[in-house]
Amino acid sequence: MIAHSIFFYTFSIIAIISAIMVTTSKNTVHSVFFLILDFISISCLFIMIGAEFLGMIMLIVYVGAVAVLFLFVVMMLNVAQQKNQWFSSEDSSKHIPVGLIISTLIFVELIIVIGGWKYKPDLFDINNSVELSKVSNTHSLGQVLYTDYIHVFQISGMILLVAMIGAIVLTFRKRTGVKTQSYLKQISRERSEGVSVLNVESNKGVKIDD
Amino acid sequence: MTEIGLGHYLTLGAIIFSIGIIGIFLNRKNIIVILMSIELILLAVNINLVAFSIFLGDLTGQVFTLFILTVAAAEAAIGLAIIVVYYRNSGTIRVEQIDELKG
Repeated sequence: MIAHSIFFYTFSIIAIISAIMVTTSKNTVHSVFFLILDFISISCLFIMIGAEFLGMIMLIVYVGAVAVLFLFVVMMLNVAQQKNQWFSSEDSSKHIPVGLIISTLIFVELIIVIGGWKYKPDLFDINNSVELSKVSNTHSLGQVLYTDYIHVFQISGMILLVAMIGAIVLTFRKRTGVKTQSYLKQISRERSEGVSVLNVESNKGVKIDD
Repeated sequence: MTEIGLGHYLTLGAIIFSIGIIGIFLNRKNIIVILMSIELILLAVNINLVAFSIFLGDLTGQVFTLFILTVAAAEAAIGLAIIVVYYRNSGTIRVEQIDELKG
């Protein structure tokens, strides 16, 4: 149990520090890297407390897809080296106290809720961890996901489809001046307009219209 | 060190949530970091759901974490697409310069 504590504090301190670095780092690329570190440490926490499937899925989805997408956009837009000036600009510095006050209030409220919440006394007794330990986490999650939550699962697939179509439609642009193949023209071409037999007189050339 | 319980994970989630809120307000640099702060907030929610799911022995929390993951991925894709289109049109994604709606 002492190892559990050590791992929890290590990973959570890494996660908190990297979350702070995400918001305060001067270079946007560094922010993305700290975001990746944050996701990795949180997924280590997930794996540690027994949600292996979600930990691995978070590694795949966030680190493998979303963070790389962020990195790609940051590098494509060439905004990584913009000067960080949220302390010097007088227009932006009035946002900082408001943000600090609001986030501190939210944090205090959450801590009050966590600390003052009394569980029902028999809440931990109905823990069905015995049933959970018989099959693996992934197995039991799959049994629930494809039976009880099948409609929600399919709706989430629909959300992904809509997001994909939306992203393509938003970023698609028709370029002018690009030579492309016209299949219709190629197919509908006939012999009569492609080949013509000319009677060439000697010592005179032939003018071909194109 | 006391035994790590549900409260520890909820506190971690609260801290990361607050850091995400700070990031949204504090950031004047570009909009991408605001999207990253939103990802942090969703991550904090995921921590809460998974902690409750594990400590109460109910799988529903993990199922909903999966769906939150899906929605977060879709949101990141759409948001980044909007940012790319905006950058193509106006040449900047600085937060204080995006004021065409005069909001």
